[in-house]
Amino acid sequence: MSLADDLYRETILDHYHNPRNNGSIDNASATVEGVNPLCGDELTLYLNVSPTGLIEDVKLMAHGCSINTASGSMMSEAILGQSVERAEEIIESFKNMMLTKSDEVAFEDELEELEALRGVKKYPVRIKCALLPWNTLLEGIQTAKSTKKE
Amino acid sequence: MSNLDVEKIRQDFPILDRVIDGKRLVYLDNAATSQKPVQVIKSISNYYEQYNSNVHRGIHTMSEEATTAYEGVRETVANFIGAKETCEVIFTRNTTEAINLVAYSWGRQNVLPGDEIVLSPMEHHSNLVPWQQLAQEREAKLVFLELTEDGQINMESAKQLIGSKTRLVTVTQMSNVLGTITPVKELARLAHQHNAIILVDGAQGVPHLKTSVAELECDFYVFSLHKMLGPTGVGILWGKKEILNAMPPFMFGGDMISSVHRDKSRWNELPWKFEAGTPNIADVIASGVAIEYLQNLGMDNVREHEVEITEYALKRLGEIKGITIYGPKDANLRGGVVAFNVEGIHPHDLGQILSDSAVAIRAGHHCCQPLMKDLKVMGTARASFYIYNTLEEVDLLMAALKEADKVMGHVACR
Repeated sequence: MSLADDLYRETILDHYHNPRNNGSIDNASATVEGVNPLCGDELTLYLNVSPTGLIEDVKLMAHGCSINTASGSMMSEAILGQSVERAEEIIESFKNMMLTKSDEVAFEDELEELEALRGVKKYPVRIKCALLPWNTLLEGIQTAKSTKKE
Repeated sequence: MSNLDVEKIRQDFPILDRVIDGKRLVYLDNAATSQKPVQVIKSISNYYEQYNSNVHRGIHTMSEEATTAYEGVRETVANFIGAKETCEVIFTRNTTEAINLVAYSWGRQNVLPGDEIVLSPMEHHSNLVPWQQLAQEREAKLVFLELTEDGQINMESAKQLIGSKTRLVTVTQMSNVLGTITPVKELARLAHQHNAIILVDGAQGVPHLKTSVAELECDFYVFSLHKMLGPTGVGILWGKKEILNAMPPFMFGGDMISSVHRDKSRWNELPWKFEAGTPNIADVIASGVAIEYLQNLGMDNVREHEVEITEYALKRLGEIKGITIYGPKDANLRGGVVAFNVEGIHPHDLGQILSDSAVAIRAGHHCCQPLMKDLKVMGTARASFYIYNTLEEVDLLMAALKEADKVMGHVACR
């Protein structure tokens, strides 16, 4: 088995070829742009957060590689309908998985699909691609929170 | 076949024997940096083992040896690029530093509000960002030349764009993305007609093309040695003596002075006026060895070899369904750099999967984000060739590309 087979698993290719929650939201509570300066990949994230703090809608417009697009697609499924606090927890555990050397961090059953991205860890330059949507989401949540306060 | 004995050349490059995951390295990222022959590598260890000492100050034997070797490279460079005088050759860290030197020193003395700086849209960030900064500071304007459909400079529009307001024309000799070879001499004549000067970014040019600054009729010429068999950390600024003499120093300190008092100093003469501090002695000396290596091969032979391999690569890559190849179609109009995209496969994924076949290419924006925007892409894949690459390696690239398409689910053939 080549290294590529490991990285480009079926789940990742499926999300790459058919990204979930792809598109934009008019008048979103937060619109954030993320850029990967390494390769120039761009990502726009739209977020709608309800007054009670639920993520009612999330959409992504990605012009990225398979890892970047698949990661964003999986992320959108994982956080849609969740509370902002829960979304922050998910972001944290995902970033933990990608950034710690050990493979101890495991996901709860409902987030199992994210496991498919674990293979990216073997390719340090690609970790940035996988993290871009998540870091953009963090920024989006911050923006949504601060707009709510005003 | 060209006059280069590629198999013999390959024996001088130990790194080409490297095996990655059981496969022999196919190095096609030469536009980023070239590999180094054993002669260059040995020159560095020989310096540190035999005569490491500082230049321009010691009276002892080793310092004299180091100074002679270091200053000797200035002559080698001058000779290689057809410069009239060795004092016109200034050592920098790289091309970027050489451009910054001109932008800070010449630019801040000569560019006035309302002046125009003319560039091509295919400049590397290093020949764009320093001028953006200067233009902002000086309320000057950047003017971009236009490209034809196949990525060549539109000379008709250049005649309109270069005019009485132009203070500087600054262009690449060869694009690191499109491979386009720029008609430098015609641009130089246009610039000079309007009393402007011209800087040529030779980072991709001089490693591959026989180059004479006199024939190009340019005023500044800049390049990096690491793209032409030399070590990293050495760049060259060549400038016309009368222009360099009128410029203030860029950095201040040791070696660039002739006398220092508590309250004022006098500057050293050219070229040392622009070389403050202890220079990169070992790597400059090794750079001289790199240039001699190329001189022994003959730059005409280097070019002939690259045209042959580029022609073959353009033909083979053209066989792939859904491929877009950027830049001129004729290998005689371009350098050995082929940027391309395969529909449905992001260049980053392509680069990654090729790497599993031990094929090293570059993927991304190649430090040319404005050009990527013009091409309406986020990035491209890029294969770039040099003296040690073979037609067989182009075939290995093709095989790896087919493998990539398989891994990605046969998107290119859909």
